[in-house]
This record gives sequence, structure tokens and C-alpha cells, in this order.
Amino acid sequence: MGRTRVTGPVSPVAGRLWQSEPMTFSVQVDVQLRAGVADPQGSTIERSLPALGFEGVSDVRVGKSVRFAIDAADQAAAEATVDQLCQRFLTNPVIEDAQITIEPAS
Amino acid sequence: MAPTVGVVQFPGTNCEFDVVEAVASLGAESVILWHQEADLGGADAVVVPGGFAHGDYLRPGAIARFSPVMESVAAFAAQGRPVVGICNGFQVLTEAGLLPGALQKNAGLKFRCGMTELRVESVDSPLTSRLAVGDVVRIPINHFEGNYTCSDEDLARLRDEDRIVFTYVDNPNGSMGDIAGICNAARNVVGLMPHPERACHDLLGSTDGRLLLGSFLDVA
Amino acid sequence: MSEPVHRALGLTDDEAEKITELLGREPNHLELAMYSVMWSEHCSYKSSRIHLKRLPTEAPWVLVGPGENAGVVDVGDGIAAAIRIESHNHPSAIEPYQGAATGVGGILRDIFTMGARPIALMDPLRFGPLDDPRSRWIAEGVVSGVSGYGNSVGVPTVGGETVFDETYRGNPLVNVLCLGILPTERLVLAKASGVGNLAVLLGSRTGRDGIGGVSVLASAGFSDDEADAAKRPSVQVGDPFEEKRLIEACLTLLDEGLVVGIQDLGGAGLTCAASETASNGGVGMDFDVSAVPRREDGMEPFEVMTSESQERMLAIVTPEGVDRVRELCSKWEVEATVVGRVTEGGALRIVDGFEGEELANVPASTLHEDAPLYDRPRQAPADLDAFRADSANHLPAPDDVGADLKAMLIDPEWVYSQYDHQLFLNTVVGPGADATLLRLKHPTTGEETGRGLALTVDGNHRWCAIDPKIGTAATMAEALLNLACVGAKPLATVNCLNFGNPEHPEVMWQLSEAIDGMTEACEAFGAPVVGGNVSLYNESLGTNIDPTPVIGLLGMVDDLRAVPPGLDWLDGDRLILLGATESDELSGSQWAFEQGHRRGRLAPVDLGAVASVADLVRSLVNDRMVTAVHDVSVGGLGVALAEMAVASNVGCTIARVADHAALFCESPGRVVVSATTEQMDDVLARADAAGVPTTRLGLAHGDRLAVKGLLDLAVDELTTKYRETLPAALGQGTTQG
Repeated sequence: MGRTRVTGPVSPVAGRLWQSEPMTFSVQVDVQLRAGVADPQGSTIERSLPALGFEGVSDVRVGKSVRFAIDAADQAAAEATVDQLCQRFLTNPVIEDAQITIEPAS
Repeated sequence: MAPTVGVVQFPGTNCEFDVVEAVASLGAESVILWHQEADLGGADAVVVPGGFAHGDYLRPGAIARFSPVMESVAAFAAQGRPVVGICNGFQVLTEAGLLPGALQKNAGLKFRCGMTELRVESVDSPLTSRLAVGDVVRIPINHFEGNYTCSDEDLARLRDEDRIVFTYVDNPNGSMGDIAGICNAARNVVGLMPHPERACHDLLGSTDGRLLLGSFLDVA
Repeated sequence: MSEPVHRALGLTDDEAEKITELLGREPNHLELAMYSVMWSEHCSYKSSRIHLKRLPTEAPWVLVGPGENAGVVDVGDGIAAAIRIESHNHPSAIEPYQGAATGVGGILRDIFTMGARPIALMDPLRFGPLDDPRSRWIAEGVVSGVSGYGNSVGVPTVGGETVFDETYRGNPLVNVLCLGILPTERLVLAKASGVGNLAVLLGSRTGRDGIGGVSVLASAGFSDDEADAAKRPSVQVGDPFEEKRLIEACLTLLDEGLVVGIQDLGGAGLTCAASETASNGGVGMDFDVSAVPRREDGMEPFEVMTSESQERMLAIVTPEGVDRVRELCSKWEVEATVVGRVTEGGALRIVDGFEGEELANVPASTLHEDAPLYDRPRQAPADLDAFRADSANHLPAPDDVGADLKAMLIDPEWVYSQYDHQLFLNTVVGPGADATLLRLKHPTTGEETGRGLALTVDGNHRWCAIDPKIGTAATMAEALLNLACVGAKPLATVNCLNFGNPEHPEVMWQLSEAIDGMTEACEAFGAPVVGGNVSLYNESLGTNIDPTPVIGLLGMVDDLRAVPPGLDWLDGDRLILLGATESDELSGSQWAFEQGHRRGRLAPVDLGAVASVADLVRSLVNDRMVTAVHDVSVGGLGVALAEMAVASNVGCTIARVADHAALFCESPGRVVVSATTEQMDDVLARADAAGVPTTRLGLAHGDRLAVKGLLDLAVDELTTKYRETLPAALGQGTTQG
């Protein structure tokens, strides 16, 4: 699906003390149009930049960012759930990709 | 006996009663199908009408596809019964996987409401049996996200299998292949961005919509 | 705080004293905040009320006149029409998209509050010049906002106006009109009654939106910047999906008879809704501020009570009905919370829990009925004589009349194509025409009545800048003729009075004059005023906008069998001007303003003659005796002919136009019609019988617009200029929202 995952550093404290307790993770999902899919918003922004005096900007792509918190037994479980959530709901795989960042909530 | 058309209603749907009025003018009954209900109320055909189901939040159709009614609509479609998605309904059907591709923001990044001319590309669909290939019908559009997009393979398949039902004479939204409407492989599910129910009355600028919805009722 | 709290809240010393008198004690801060929002200009109309009283408001078909959320008229077949117009000028200047969007949301709530289903929106919009980047940004944002909210909420935007002028550079005007229909028996008013009944808050959670003026209270006790920033009021953000569900939920509650009274939350939020429903019903209310669902933590009672968070309604229901109300609201995913109890007496008590501490206790009626009423000083401009003597007819004649004509052509299609103008299958004549014409169907059965409702919105700041009284009467005349062009007779007027700073005597003079002009015209045309809105303080950098009363006129077509003729004539048609050109005065015309000449005088309007022309046009349209029809307005006969030529893609040859003044003057009460050669004599005979002067202008034919001795232009050239002005200036649209 071309979906990439970026995971934050697991807090050593949280990992050691609360292994068997559910933990809360904060999640950020960046939804982007897949490479090759036309992005009318991105190209409109790109076209308007020279007129505003910004030169040398290219490859503008517009996406959206979804943030939420999730309770899970551990990082792997959180990742699995979020992955599912992205595939089934947060993205339309026909045109979109997601980049997922998960880290223990502070 | 007059057929009964089931018209799906999500929160945010707004064209459901327009569809009811249009099919009534063609002599059919209708029943509103609330999104939380799985029962299709004995409908002989189903319309997923236009509007902004769930506000179009996240993506048009993204939330609506998970409604109980959509499971029933999918099962109904799997039996080969006629289903048409109009505008937002087309978006819901693509999100639900009943039709291939997706509808993106219009190339002009503007909402567009106005009359369009559509060329009939296939008469082997529940909306076009009363028409001939090459006929041009006048049907209004009303959307921000009607720019049809699919993979090159899907586009090739749609063409090879004669599943492009309508194309725009003058593409208003950047749709791939000027596509305005398509059908599924079994040919019983159609999605189109233009609104045939808006072209069914002498006072409303076009009555060509009666040919489309009349065809639909023929197979209901 | 260095200044007294009441002044920081915008209350004068006299007003503060009056509050103390009314309460018999000093008000606390929450009470002061409540009075300050209710006694604001925006909510109390304290500067304009004294003048608004002069407007005619009665007719046998008027069911509800001014003062309620919307005016309501009986339109027959058991159907009533609710109509209202409002401004959202200042919010739109700051955040164009949300300003316009929340303006749409607000007016819709005013309509369904009356028990009516909103069926149409109209948007009169006025922006600074197209060559000003900020004005373009505002225009794009406003149009996107109307489109984004109106389309999604599912109410078609069927017409409006788009005007660009220097006078609106720092202060755009974003007005919005809404029309709704209801079964006459479902009419409900914003009235609480029945001691023990409950006030239920429906819809969105309450945040710190639009608490503007009263936010000064928030800084009391906070010194640290971060705390202040967190307390700052935020721009109101509209949620059309919430509003759509709220409409459906409220109309269902009304259908089931569960609602005793209902009020929307607009300006002054819960304070206004609670006090108005209580005082209209002659009862009191205990209002539990702690029960109000909130979007943000740490909100203080005054913030909750004055917040202008969108998409909220306050319904008064019986205790027995509450469960069913909750059930129906939950179907539509609308939050419903009991927040108040109707009590005996007239006190509005704000409490922290029904059995908890009393935070405020004021007589509900004093919040609006005792609002101050000012007869502010009025003064005509000192140089009025010199101003009026400086006629635009003294300007040199143009070198190129055709170029001046082309400069005035502008197609609003770029705007209205972004609006759903077809939903509900009513739109027989949509935006871009003289008036909008809608099929009238029964609101619950959907049955066709065979009749139609017509709507037009009209404003003309140029006329009103020259002479607010005659200008306003002329604006009404234009609205009347616009209705006549689709075959409609007038039923009711609503107005949105956009003026400058009322503390300037000249502005108050303009307002008073405009109301006089409107009064005369409404009386002459039999079109009572059923509602209105006054927007004052439209100024930037100390300069007031030109006075801009905007008129919304609702009309009726008794027999809607066919689409009325539009602007498009056919090759070979004869062109006739109906109505006399009383004066070729150019002052106040678009042509004069485009030459930078903004002074002079207007010729008086013969309202009786205008009414005769309207009667004649209506009969010609309804009897299908003309092939095309268009009123002569902005840009004069020249622009009217050019627009007709563009619409038909057929040119014309015109004689009998003496000079540029005759071509561009905007003498009111004139309509261009075209007729076949066979019908022309009948049209002329009917005009004679009606006592309406006629001028045979010439013939429709060919591909050029030719006015003998003045101009000769290719229709293609006109079309290109007409269609491309807005898309070229405003690009391909905006992406916000």
C-alpha cells in the first residue's frame, strides 16, 4: 500500500514499568495523495508562488493530518490497530497514502 | 405494479426528496432508507442520492460507507438488482468499493453548479436503456469533488468492458477520460456525478433526466 | 482596570445608571455583561429603532411583521412564507470564509425558528475594487464561504448581487436573505410559556466564539500573557453539517408538536435566547449555566452566557415531552441538554445548578424592552447645495462611448456557479436574471400549487450616496420592476440597512432619509416591510461607506405554467422601451462613478408611474406577449441592451438615443421588451391603455450592437468582456474550506 510508518522512541520508563498495563499512545497520521495522482490544490499553490515572490519551490503536495490518542497494550498493538484504521477508514487507498507516527503519550 | 425505489438517507444527504419527486413524476413509489436501518423496505431499486453525507468530512462518502444500510445495498447489488449513485451517492459507491476509482476535487478547485451536456457511451446500463450511444443529454452538475480518477489499468478495463456510461461533452472538472458516469462489471450498479432528478420537469430547463430515470424504473 | 467596567463593556455612564435603576442595586459583572450585549447597537437597534417605526408594516396577508426572527406572510393554499435578511459585514472583513459561512448559518436559524423549512438563500455582496488584492481576497473568501456552507447545509442560493466599488475597500458588505415555507398552522414564535416547562439547548457545544466586547472581563485577574491568549475570543467557525442536522431535528420536533416555543442563538447568545423567550411569554426562567455543554475548559459564566457559538437553538418543551425530544435529537445526532426552567414572575436567574448559587438575577424584559432608544443628531451635509449642483451631465462626453459601455459589463456567473442554485427542484428562473422565480410546492406534501414565489435583492449605493431618500425609493422601484420581469406582484419587503457610523450626524441623516424613501415606495407599491436588519459602523479609517440600503422583495406569480421570457430576444424582434425617461440626469449613475464623479442630484421618482410600468410588464409577461424583457438599471439603457444582446447572441440596431446621457442615465421605471412584429402593435396598444409611454427603439438582428451615432460593437466582443471580467480577476477559485 506504500504506507510508511515512523515510530517515535519508546520511553524506556514507560516500557519497563507498565509492560502489562494498557498504555496511551499519541498518533499522527499524515494523509497524502499517492505519487502520480494529480493534486489540484498543490499545483495551484505552486503556480501562485512565483507571483508572490517565492522562487524555487517545487513538488507542492497538499494533504491532511489526523491526530488522536489510542490505548493499547504496547507499541506493536497500537501500530497494528492504527494501520487497520488507516487502511479501512482514514485513507482512500485508490488515491491516498498515509504516514503514521506513534509515540507514547506524555 | 409501479416499482418502489429505495432512496438512501444519511445525515447530510439533501437530494433525497428531489429523487422522490422525480421518480413519482414517472409513476414510481419511493421509500426513504435511513442509514442506520439495514432493511431496504422491499425496494425494487436503490438510489444513493446527492448531498453531503456526514458533512463530507474526512472524504466524501468515507463515513457513509460504513452505515448498516450500505451493507444491505452491497448485498442487493450483489444479487444483480439495480443501484444508482448520484453525485455524493457516486462518491459513496466508490468508497464502498461497489464502483472502481475515486472522485477528487474539481480541477478548477471550485464548486460547480450548472447545466452540462453528457454523451451516452453505453446503453447497457440501468440508466441508459431508453437512449442510444452518441445521444447527448442535458443534465446539471452540482459538485466540488467530481473529478473522476482511477488507475490506468482500471481506466483501460472500463473502456474495454464498455463500462463508461456517460462522458462530458465539455469536461467541467478534469475527470479522467471526461468520465461523468460508470457502471460495475455486472452492469447493475451505476454512479454518475450529474443529477438526472434535476432535469425532469418542463419548468426546470431540461427533461432529459426522465429518460435516465425512466430507464432505471424499466429495470426496477 | 483603569476605566470602569461598564465603559470597557461599551456601556455609557447613563446606560450603567439605568441598569442600576432597573435592578434597584449595582449589577454584578455577569449582569453587566448581559446588559452590554443586549443593549449593543447590534442587538438593540438603539440608534435606528426610532426611525424604523415609520415603515409601513401591515397588510391583510402579513402574519408576522418586524421584530420576530423573520417576517411571515400568507401565500395561500395553507402555506406561509418566512423571510429575513441580515448582514455579516464585520466578521467577513476579518475572516471572509467563516464570516460569510456563519452569516448563512445565522439566517437559516432565523427561518427554521419560525417553523419554516429554508428553501432559498440570496446573497447581496459588495466588495472593494477588483484591482485591490485585499478586496479580491475578501471576495474569493466570501464566495467560498457562502458556497461551502450553503451547499453543504442543503439550501440553494438562488440569487444575489455582486458589486465592486471603492466605497467598500475597507468594509465589505455581506448580506444574506433566506426564504422558508411552512404549513400555516405550524407557525411558532420565540415564546416560553407554562411554568415548569423546560428550556432545552440543542446543537453545538459552547465555546469562546465571538464574545468580542465582553472579553475585557476575561483579563480581570489574569496578568500572565499565556492565560490571556487562551482566553481570547475566537473567530466563529461554522459547521454546516451540524446545522443541517439541527434543521432536520428542529423541524421534526415541530412536526410532532413537541415545542412550545423556540429561539435561535445569534447575537448575545444564550442571554438573548433565554431573556427573549421568557419575556415574550411573560414568564421568568431559571437558567443553569453549569449545564451548558462546553467545547473548552475553564469558561466563566459570562463567557457561556454571551458566547456566539454557532449552530445552537433553545427550545421550550414540556417535561413530558423531554424524552421524546431527546430521542428525536439523538436520531439526528444533535445534542439536547436541559438548561432552564420556566418560572413564575419575570426574573431571569442565572444559577450554578438549579439548586445552586444565584449568579445573576434580572427582570428578563429589561434586557431588551428597556434597551436605550436614541434619537441621535441628524444633519444633512453642510455642502449639500454645492454637492447637488455639481451634475455629472457637465462632464465631457466620452470619446469612445462603446469603450465606456464595455467597461460596465460584468457577468456574475463566476459567483453563482459556485452555489447550488437548483436543490429542491424549485428554481424556474435562477441567478443572473432580473429576479429569481421558484415553484411553490406545499412544504409537507410537496404538492405543486401551480404558482410561484419570486425574489429579488437590490441595492444601489451610488444613487443613495447622491440622495439617500430618492435613491432608496429608486432602489425599491428597481426591485418592483425586477419582480414584474418574471411576472410577479410584490407581497413583502425586507431590508438590510448598511450605513456608517451613527454617531456622525450625516450618517443618521442618511439613514432617516433612506427610511423615508423606503416608506413612500413601500406604500405606493403595496409592499409592507416584514423585517429588516440594520448594520451600522460600516466605516474604515474614519470614512463611512456610501449609504447602502439593500431591499429584498418577495413576490407571487399566480399562474406559473411556463418559464417566463428571459433576456434573450430573437433575430427580427422589435425592441420597445416601456416607461418614460423622466430625466437624462447622469449623477449617481455607474457611468458617472466610473469617471470618478460621485456628486450631483437625482431626479425625483414618480412612484405611481413606476407602479403602472410594473403592472404593464407583469401582464405582458404573464400573457406571453413579449419575447424578452429586462429592466433598465445600472448602466442605463446601454447596459440593458448589451446584456440582452449577449444573452441572445443576436445584435440590434437602435435609433432614437440622443447622446451618451440618454444611453447611460439610470432614470427609474423603465423596461426594455422585445416582441414579434405581429405582437408589437398589441404591446403598444396595451401600453397606451395603461398610460405608459413607449419608445420604439429598433430591431434585433445581426451580430452587432449598434446605437446610431454613438457606438457599433460586435456582440462577440461584448460577450468576451462580459464573461471574462470576473474569472480573469478572481482566478479559478480558492481552496479554503
